Amino acid sequence: MILGRVLGTVVSTVQHPYYGGRTQLLVGAVLPDGTLDGTRYILALDMVGAGVGETVLVEDEGNSARQILADPKAPVRSLIVAIVDEVQVNASGEA
Amino acid sequence: MRLGRVIGTLVATVKPDAMKGLKLLIVRPLTADLRDDGDPFVATDASAQASSGDLVTWEAAREAALLHDPWFIPVDHAVVGIVDQHALESPERAR
Repeated sequence: MILGRVLGTVVSTVQHPYYGGRTQLLVGAVLPDGTLDGTRYILALDMVGAGVGETVLVEDEGNSARQILADPKAPVRSLIVAIVDEVQVNASGEA
Repeated sequence: MRLGRVIGTLVATVKPDAMKGLKLLIVRPLTADLRDDGDPFVATDASAQASSGDLVTWEAAREAALLHDPWFIPVDHAVVGIVDQHALESPERAR
């Protein structure tokens, strides 16, 4: 899973039918301290009602996505599966 | 999913039977704020209506094959939809 921040929205009218009526959000990957890593991003379907600016957990693997969507043929790889309340990292970054 | 720009189309007469009837597009991958992000690739069109110049969403690997019906075909990149609206919270922060 990837820790990310919702950066924005993308709207499509013409698209694969499976994506119709689902919200897709642009998520930028963040480091554990909350800063954007600056390069990695994912366009993910929103399962939890996340909004722009929120820190989220993105499942970026197709088989996991198909389990959550309960559809073995869902053509989806990336899902926003959680809204993160708090992240704690030791100061040294080690366990 | 990721963002991309359709920069061309491609026609092939000799190709696997399972790819017959599929439209082939040349897609340049883009960053979250729509800057070029790597080398172009060839994708099939699962949105059915994408054409040169369109901003699109795309998916790779097994999910690309799942976007088609029948789905178990030898395809590794596919266009999911055409983007109408792309809103970023702050383009600078997305970099």
